[in-house]
Amino acid sequence: MELIWLSIIVPLITACVIAVGPSKNARTTAFVGSLLSLAALTLFAWNFPAWKNGQHFPMVAGADWVSGAGVSLSVGFDTVSLLLALLTAFLMPLCIAGSFTAINDRVKEFYGWFLVLGSSILLAFAARDAILFYIGYEFTLVPMTLIVAIYGGTERRIAAIKMFLYTFLGSMFMLAALLYVGWEHRLASGAWNFDIDALTATAVRLPIATQYWLFAALMIGFAVKVPLFPLHTWLPLAHDQAPTAGSVILASALLKLGTYGNYRFALPMAPAGGAELMNVVAVLSIIAIIYASLICWVQTDAKKLIAYSSVSHLGLCMLGLFALNPIGAEGAVFYMVNHGISTGALFLCVGMFYERYHTKDTDVLGGLAKRMPVWACFMVFFTLASIGLPGLNGFVGEFLCLGGTFIAEHDSQTGYPGVLGPWYAVVAGLGLIFAAMYLLILLGKIVWGPLREPASHASHASHGETHSASSTLPIDLGFREIAILMPLAISCLWLGLQPKPMLDAIRPCAERMLVNYPAQVERVLAESAATAQVTAPITSSETSSNSQ
Amino acid sequence: MIDSLSPRLALLVPEMILFVGAVFVAILGLSKNRARRESLPFITCAVLIASIIAVPLTWTDENAQGAGLLLPMLGRFVKPLLAAMGVWLVLLSVGSVDRRLEESVARGRQPFDAQKVARGEYYAFFLLSMMGAMLLCNAHDLIWLFLALELVSLPTYIMVAVGGNGSRPQEAAVKYFFLGAMSTAVFLYGFALLYGSTGTLELLAIRDALASQAAGSGIDTLATIGIVLIVLGLCFKITAVPMHFYAPDVYEGAPTHVTAFLSFVPKTAGFTALVLVLTCVGWTGHALIATDGVRVNYLGLPTPIAAILWMIAVLTMTLGNIAALLQNSVKRMLAYSSIAHSGYLVLGLIAGSTVGIDALYLYLVAYGVMTIATFAALASIERRGEEINSFSDLAGLRVRHPLMAWVIALCALALVGMPPFIGFFGKIYLFIAAFEANQLGLVIAAVINSAISGLYYLRLALVPLVSAPSSRSEEVTSVPSRWPQVAAVVCAVATVVLSFAVGYLLNAARSSTESAMSNATSPTHTEQP
Repeated sequence: MELIWLSIIVPLITACVIAVGPSKNARTTAFVGSLLSLAALTLFAWNFPAWKNGQHFPMVAGADWVSGAGVSLSVGFDTVSLLLALLTAFLMPLCIAGSFTAINDRVKEFYGWFLVLGSSILLAFAARDAILFYIGYEFTLVPMTLIVAIYGGTERRIAAIKMFLYTFLGSMFMLAALLYVGWEHRLASGAWNFDIDALTATAVRLPIATQYWLFAALMIGFAVKVPLFPLHTWLPLAHDQAPTAGSVILASALLKLGTYGNYRFALPMAPAGGAELMNVVAVLSIIAIIYASLICWVQTDAKKLIAYSSVSHLGLCMLGLFALNPIGAEGAVFYMVNHGISTGALFLCVGMFYERYHTKDTDVLGGLAKRMPVWACFMVFFTLASIGLPGLNGFVGEFLCLGGTFIAEHDSQTGYPGVLGPWYAVVAGLGLIFAAMYLLILLGKIVWGPLREPASHASHASHGETHSASSTLPIDLGFREIAILMPLAISCLWLGLQPKPMLDAIRPCAERMLVNYPAQVERVLAESAATAQVTAPITSSETSSNSQ
Repeated sequence: MIDSLSPRLALLVPEMILFVGAVFVAILGLSKNRARRESLPFITCAVLIASIIAVPLTWTDENAQGAGLLLPMLGRFVKPLLAAMGVWLVLLSVGSVDRRLEESVARGRQPFDAQKVARGEYYAFFLLSMMGAMLLCNAHDLIWLFLALELVSLPTYIMVAVGGNGSRPQEAAVKYFFLGAMSTAVFLYGFALLYGSTGTLELLAIRDALASQAAGSGIDTLATIGIVLIVLGLCFKITAVPMHFYAPDVYEGAPTHVTAFLSFVPKTAGFTALVLVLTCVGWTGHALIATDGVRVNYLGLPTPIAAILWMIAVLTMTLGNIAALLQNSVKRMLAYSSIAHSGYLVLGLIAGSTVGIDALYLYLVAYGVMTIATFAALASIERRGEEINSFSDLAGLRVRHPLMAWVIALCALALVGMPPFIGFFGKIYLFIAAFEANQLGLVIAAVINSAISGLYYLRLALVPLVSAPSSRSEEVTSVPSRWPQVAAVVCAVATVVLSFAVGYLLNAARSSTESAMSNATSPTHTEQP
């Protein structure tokens, strides 16, 4: 408990120290602060007693904050939230180290806001109180908007505003839904309480129609963040405009708040609604997978390409989640972590060549393997991880998500019926082929092939002068950059070769989340079968007897 | 009558302090000694602080119960709230009143002329208006209520006119005065009808009369019309639709420190008056008579009043937010945002009884802190000696005035209801109150409106921090006095700090209302033949 709070508060304190301290110490202070936060969280994870039983820990309720409204400061982790929090804390120092040369203006503010951002993401993952979660979830918007708006590219204002408004609008619906559940809890028990478990227990007992709307409202909030197909348009712009560190944390941690929200709130709170709407979400996820892949194919901006590939990959993650069986959910959670690592690393790689060449256009730039062999190795490695090469981390998650989708049939033998089945898996699988295609095309353009450099850069280099911002950078990666990418590469390899301990840890959580689903899905299937019987009299007598 | 006089007098000690202070300040303002004149705002602060201290000393349970008030403990919360906000309102006006005149006197361009100075009057009227708002909590009959409301308003008309320089404030003052007079007429008419229906002026007796009417065939039409008129008239004070028209013009025309005053004190007074009047009606004990003669009790105000308030709430927040989107003047935008916040606050009135009123007062605290901080930040900078007006004046403010830029940005985020600022908790609690009163529709309306407000508050947050400085903003300088900055920073810090004291604030608000509410009659949701 203390360690959790420590990991959340240390970045905040560090941010305050940076705000009052001199500008030249800001980056070192920020780095140390984020390392301390990571250390606190790692220590907690080391002693985490609930790796295998799916419970959250600590179980104790936290200090009461707003007594009348039942808002309390309770934090705790289950395996899933702990993994995602660890991912966030792990990426924070790397992002900060990755910004040492990229951020030269308004340095103090950058690191300050960045630490605040990390802290509020950790708070959202750790919260065991719905309002506390909302505070963390919503407050991430402030530092992220400022990071994009101040340090971004040429269209940074519009990107920041779009991101803020999309997410803000969505999360207002989510807030209303959470308050509504809180009210139902108040009616049922006589006191306001926003403890997530208490709310979940109340929500699952609500009438089906209520759960339907509840699920829809929560889903709108989280779908914007994931982002799911029609609501994704803010993401590529925000990614494109954000500074490298911002992109990394956006892709790796902030988007996970959306999928985590589904895992923690939308799915367990409204199983009846989830069962009714699962095919809608699944279809939207598949559209996201295919549509974003096709956009990637024609994309010439390396950063936008990776941003769209995020949309596509998270579509797969959502599909796995909505297969509504433990395999799919396990895969989805595992994929959240892996996507965070490999996409984060790809953004860092893109950022590194962007710092040197000041362009991300794959038409202008190419054959960088000749100039930057070490960078090229990392780039190829992370791209392969992102494609899902067996042996690297992406593969396990993708395979499980697709496998979960494949077996999510009406008469599934696993005890977890679903509506997806092989066809969904096949269409989603196309997305993986596309992913291989567009990512390899990207590699082919910027890593291999004849060396192409922007004219201005080449002329500078030939005259022996370098660009002012890249003056401190070596031609290939320096020690600092290798030190940033190496931990990511190691974790890619490790998770790819040894996924079992983590999957075992996720499994009870996934089962716990899905506990209400088999019954609900069967109900929905029976209803649709009954409807089908009215229209077409020849249906199996078994399903009709179930419906009565 | 006699026996209740001494507790009533005891409860008036804070107001007496303010009155003595007002007289003293008005006289001291005429002093030829420059230092004495400059000490006026600080004396005003001292008077306000003295009245804060006096409240818990005099407002004992014993005195309050003896005074025959409708909500005996209301003043213990509302009076310190008003005076505490008043301190920052005074500080943000330091150096603004009579600035031109004092400058020319100091340079020796003109001799000191006691007939030309207005600073003493300004602070005297400030204290008088504050006193009126405080007196509202002591109102035990309609006459007192009316006089207190007028005492809030009349000084503000003059404050708008004398607080600044140039002719714009005077135009605003005239507009404000005539529309204010009209609203007074409306709610006075309402008072008359209420008296006609119940035959008494005492609020407690009115409550009993209305309760017995409700227990019979429902509240008299005459009384209903009276209450509706009172509500509409008070909409002027709280800048709610349909009496909001004056707000943008007056807020823009008035000097910034007066605008800050207008956006908080009359609003608090208006809501307190509404709370008193609606408590007379009560949120329980009303029934619909169905066609078969069955009485069905329901939760909330009588239908016509609830419907009017419902429309006021939805229209006010929607109109305020949408109009705020279209503004290019910062002060006009804040005026519309103030209208929108009134819309949220009406939620608390509709929800009613203890929870709703608590939520209302919690939100008033939040709103007061956030708004005063914003106006203080605006008051602490100027462009070529003129007030900040358009957004382009604020563009890139952080380059020259980083502190004020951060304060404005932070307050904009607080006003939008971003956690963990106090505005978020205020809003949450209002929503909770609306849920308790079964007003799901209102919650949805407020949620959509909050989302709309994100658009313009985000602009207010980003323009000072992110935009490149414009040619206009290059000329922005700090005002000579540092005190507005102090007020801005303290209130901005309070938006964060208070959210950790939300539990305390809520308990304070609750203890101010619940004693009376516990007297409220009849359980809810019962059916009787």
